[in-house]
Amino acid sequence: MQIIEVQKLSKEFKGVKAVNEVSFDVAQGEIFGFLGPNGAGKSTTIKMLCTLQKPSSGRAILNGFDVVKEAREVRKSIGLVFQDPSLDDNLTAEENLDFHGRIYGVEGKARRARIDEVLELIELSDRKKNLVKTFSGGMKRRLEIGRGFLHYPKVLFLDEPTVGLDPQTRNAIWEYIHQLKVKEKLTIFLTTHYMDEAENCDRIAIIDKGEIVALATPAELKETLGGDVVRLVTVNNQLAKKELVTKLGIFAQEELGGLVFQVTEGEQFIPRLFKELDSEILTVTLAKPTLDDVFLKITGREIRSDEGAESTTALIQRRRGRRG
Amino acid sequence: MREDLGAIYVIWLREVLKFWRDKSRIITSLIQPAVWLFIMGKGLGSSFRGPGNVGYVEFMFPGVIGMTVLFTSVFSAVSIIWDREFGFLKEILVAPISRSSVVIGKALAGSTTAMLQGSLVLVFAPLVGVQLSIPVILKSLAVMFLLSLALTSCGIAGAARMESFHGFQLIMNFFVMPMYFLSGAVFPVSGLPAWMKLVAVGNPMAYGVDALKQIILGIQEFSLVRDITVILSVTVVAMGIAVLVFKGEG
Repeated sequence: MQIIEVQKLSKEFKGVKAVNEVSFDVAQGEIFGFLGPNGAGKSTTIKMLCTLQKPSSGRAILNGFDVVKEAREVRKSIGLVFQDPSLDDNLTAEENLDFHGRIYGVEGKARRARIDEVLELIELSDRKKNLVKTFSGGMKRRLEIGRGFLHYPKVLFLDEPTVGLDPQTRNAIWEYIHQLKVKEKLTIFLTTHYMDEAENCDRIAIIDKGEIVALATPAELKETLGGDVVRLVTVNNQLAKKELVTKLGIFAQEELGGLVFQVTEGEQFIPRLFKELDSEILTVTLAKPTLDDVFLKITGREIRSDEGAESTTALIQRRRGRRG
Repeated sequence: MREDLGAIYVIWLREVLKFWRDKSRIITSLIQPAVWLFIMGKGLGSSFRGPGNVGYVEFMFPGVIGMTVLFTSVFSAVSIIWDREFGFLKEILVAPISRSSVVIGKALAGSTTAMLQGSLVLVFAPLVGVQLSIPVILKSLAVMFLLSLALTSCGIAGAARMESFHGFQLIMNFFVMPMYFLSGAVFPVSGLPAWMKLVAVGNPMAYGVDALKQIILGIQEFSLVRDITVILSVTVVAMGIAVLVFKGEG
């Protein structure tokens, strides 16, 4: 079943098309990622789906309700976790959840039980009675996510859920998101510009300049790049290069004192490499293509900046330098 | 409808809860009326007399209640700017509730806190020589509530689109202080030059202060019916504007 159906949705601001005839569907129970640089139209699209902005043209149906004509029903069907904090710091965790439950019409006893259940899931039960201003950034984020699904929405929107959090907390947040999908049977719609995070999604739409330029699973998107990148340094690179052609049918490029080539399923390929090559191997590195590379290939630009096109290998090397 | 009532209640509850929790604010906001009554009031009282047989400090007493109501109302309305600044407004605006219930909830919360704050000033009554009976107290509370409902609604209409606190200082200096001075709280409106009288007649504060004076001291410039009618009309119009302003955004 499609929980979200979007047809030719557009939003114009003073003649500028922020979102241009975007169409896509989101299936019930999937984690759907919206990926793109800042200003690509991610937030505008989300705002239209959440009834916070009216589309200039096109149609969007969420949980069977039209986002323009049945805004209230749509609002009841969704939970929204904003990019910027939106908790009341001067209320306790419980009070923040209680406010939310009441405003979304979760009644009496059921509400109290639900608050405890949510606090349990986000592991904040022991901080129930503490004022939110005493919480760390990660705790606040968890509480916001918990609040977002308290009223049993069908779709949970997460706008940049892990922005500004340390890597450890980011991983923890992702664990909660995966749990939610299973335990609450939620459909999760999220935006991100972290490529590594987008890989947690079942499907990804890449949006650039107001248009969806790709929509597929992370694996499918990466396949379009032609496989994993292997970088090889041997005692005799010239010999190795010839051997690669004759024995393995691979044409490698020489780069910075090594050989670079692409193969599918690099993990299985490397043992073969050792077996087949007579030249002594000094180092082998295997780089899985990331969504960074995908974005770069599709749009010709890196996601975090608009510095212009960069070659895939240059990007890979830069990343390696950063990680190494 | 039932959902909207629930929403009004919870928006009201949040504000009142936070007001109640902030005991230091409740106490410190008694300092200002005390300064007005015991320093300004006693000081000016040694040189001036109120109209009729009323001493100056007594004359000021309803006005100081009005001032407390005014400042608390403005403070409550400004909580919208705080909510926007700290993001909580988004939580409210995206909820499946009507904009009217947001405005009504906020306005009722503002008037509840302003009434409570104003009622604390009544404690000073014996110290300034004002006799209060139970009916007088109840009537005063009712007027405080209605007046602050009008003032909070005006404040919400003004603050609904405000993005920062810079505008707040402006409002304080250009609207709130003149509203206070031209309300008959510090000096009677009847003796003023014509243009100031004109401003006073358009000032909702003037009717609230006048109503309080009638109830507490038995002196008046307008009829009580007129006072209440004006206050209620201002409330309705201001709330209407506030809802419209809110509807304009997302």
